[in-house]
Amino acid sequence: MNRRDHRLDRIRQAALTIGLGAAGLAIFLAIWTLASLKLDNDVLLPPPADVLTTYGELIADGSLAGDVKASIVRVFAGFFAAASLAVPLALVLAYSRILRALVMPLIALIRPIPPIAWIPLAILWMGLGDPPSYFITAIAAFFPIFINAFAGGTSLVEEHVNAARSLGASPLALLTTVMLPSALPSIATGLRIGLGQAWMAVVTAELVAAQSGLGYMIQISRLSLETSRVLVGMTVIGLLGALMIGSLGVLERRVIVPWHYPR
Amino acid sequence: MLSIRNIGKTYPNGTAALREITLDVGAGEIVAVVGGSGSGKSTLLRLISGLDHPTSGTIDVDGTRIVAPHPAVGIVFQEPRLLPWLTVEGNVGFGLAHLSRPERRHRVHQALKRVGLADYALRWPRELSGGQSQRVAIARALVARPSVILLDEPFSALDAFTRVELQDHLLEIWADTRPTLVLVTHDIEEAVALASRVVVLRPFPGRVAQVSDVKLARPRDRLSHSFDDEKRAILSALDTTLARRAPPAA
Repeated sequence: MNRRDHRLDRIRQAALTIGLGAAGLAIFLAIWTLASLKLDNDVLLPPPADVLTTYGELIADGSLAGDVKASIVRVFAGFFAAASLAVPLALVLAYSRILRALVMPLIALIRPIPPIAWIPLAILWMGLGDPPSYFITAIAAFFPIFINAFAGGTSLVEEHVNAARSLGASPLALLTTVMLPSALPSIATGLRIGLGQAWMAVVTAELVAAQSGLGYMIQISRLSLETSRVLVGMTVIGLLGALMIGSLGVLERRVIVPWHYPR
Repeated sequence: MLSIRNIGKTYPNGTAALREITLDVGAGEIVAVVGGSGSGKSTLLRLISGLDHPTSGTIDVDGTRIVAPHPAVGIVFQEPRLLPWLTVEGNVGFGLAHLSRPERRHRVHQALKRVGLADYALRWPRELSGGQSQRVAIARALVARPSVILLDEPFSALDAFTRVELQDHLLEIWADTRPTLVLVTHDIEEAVALASRVVVLRPFPGRVAQVSDVKLARPRDRLSHSFDDEKRAILSALDTTLARRAPPAA
């Protein structure tokens, strides 16, 4: 197969993948429409067309943008706080046996506590508003990032260290040119999972502890029985979550660890 | 030249890997080290490379005592051990961080050209075949212009055809600048094809059993009778070392 055929084949494959995805979505929307027609109850299940109209209204009056912005700010605040703590801590523990023995049991005990169980404590400590949401998203993002970065740190291949040493690498050069890069694929995986967890957690936190954001918007709309607004909130959460994780995946393959993926 | 004096290596758990090894390798000489498993071949190379320290004895290269990795000593490992997160160019230039960027690029390019991979500078290691990877590893060892290059079973993971090709290629490179080569191998044919002297080690702990000159003119004909004779001589020396640790007959 020559190069041109190969490219055509890849384009055909991509078109098929996109086409099937769109078909799946269309089938889902059709079933949704049929179900809502059958139910004929806009509080239980409004049809997709109604949800789309509500999208238009909420975009026009700017409230959707405000809620999206509030949620995204919280996710990234918590995510960055978690990442800047989890990655260095995990790497230090990966390389220090004593610190590992000191800290790991604690981590093992805290890790199974779901982020949602921290909400009461977060509200008691920080009141309602942004801080408890930052805290909850940070907790949610912390563990996947930590666990993966730790695995990355411990996956160091001794042969790589020897090769670098035989080429005269100093201890600092070993850290920056061998230890960090070898942990990077796992760190990137942890960041991707951590961002997803943070995004899910922010909605949970906002359902209970905030006065803005997509979670809050869903909760308020439920109380006022505006189910199409609830569905707008839910679908926006799905869309933005997929977008964030997808772009982090692209960033991972193209920029962070391109050497880890086949071209 | 490389001067090894009475070196011994005993690991902290009490295992003696090497005992009383003394060996001089002249500038531009190719010495092959052969021996059964447990004869400490690879340990010997690690000590010469400065990656590990002998428990006794000394190692000098051109009058400099080796106590840590030194630019005068390059090493090519059994597996290429390229750093997967650096391009071919980055791997070859890894040890040249002290040079200016243009100088480094120039040296890297020269080394890659020497191993026939000038067009592969921007590839990732995972995009290379086994033979190409090992060529890059050789370029990485060459680029610092060491006076001694250590090769630890460098071609053993390659298929027979690629192995012979790379052996010939190594000889061409050697003929250019005549570095001292110390080659650890378990391939007797490789030892006879490349080396001017063959050191046979005896195991448990590793000691020198025999040192013999390979009296064949270069280029060497692998199919000649004299080549076979040299191979047979080394094999019989190896057999003697191995028989010493065979269990007594019941």
